[in-house]
Amino acid sequence: MKNKKYEAIVEKHKPDEARKSHALVAFLVGGTLGVCGELLLEGYTVWFDLSRSEATVYMLITFIFLASLFTALGFFDKLVSFARCGLLIPITGFAHSMTSAAIEYRKEGPVYGIGSNLFKLAGTVILYGVVSAWFFGMIRYLLGIGG
Amino acid sequence: MIYIGAFLFCGIICLIAEIILDNTKLTPGHITSIFVVVGAFLDTFGIYDFFIKYCGGGALLPITSFGHSLIHGALAKTAKTGFLGLLMGMFDLTASGITAAIIFSFIFSLFFKPKN
Repeated sequence: MKNKKYEAIVEKHKPDEARKSHALVAFLVGGTLGVCGELLLEGYTVWFDLSRSEATVYMLITFIFLASLFTALGFFDKLVSFARCGLLIPITGFAHSMTSAAIEYRKEGPVYGIGSNLFKLAGTVILYGVVSAWFFGMIRYLLGIGG
Repeated sequence: MIYIGAFLFCGIICLIAEIILDNTKLTPGHITSIFVVVGAFLDTFGIYDFFIKYCGGGALLPITSFGHSLIHGALAKTAKTGFLGLLMGMFDLTASGITAAIIFSFIFSLFFKPKN
């Protein structure tokens, strides 16, 4: 009983430092990724003579590819446990969730393993993205007609 | 200048997510879902386009831009085909990202075994 109380008190006071450093790391990693994205975007427009919207697609695919590759090689999880939201919120987190689900469930077979688990984590993003985009899009469309 | 915007925007989005993750019981799955909805909402009245103009890649990289691209493609299609465009254009801009993620993760899952 006493131990539990003690642990509760420790729990209450300990994470504060950790929280601050987590937040700082997430900010710095996220910001660095953002700058890399912008650099890559401008690099693609110059090197391959692409329009900005085409270069955006290439830039996103580059990040998706790298995140999938690092997840497959096994060290992306370590990076995520260090940078946390700094890597989970950019598109890298989306690719990471899909690749890790695919690799984790591959032993259950290509259909019920990879097939039905691929969108296990990324599916929520697509579902709520589509539903909210449809809802807001409808509001915007109806406002466009009315106004 | 745009690099500072990119750093700040992407960093602050990740910072907000990290603060939510550390101080509530929400998991990363909840947070990414919330952020997609926020991105779709911000694009409803064109606010997100402002961020993309001044933050460039920093605004395109976070998951909020996924919600933005969904609604952006849908609204662009409504201009051509009317109400049905909401359904037809939904994945116009995000299709490349989703397809790439599916293909890469499938190929990698064939060649790599889970660690641990």
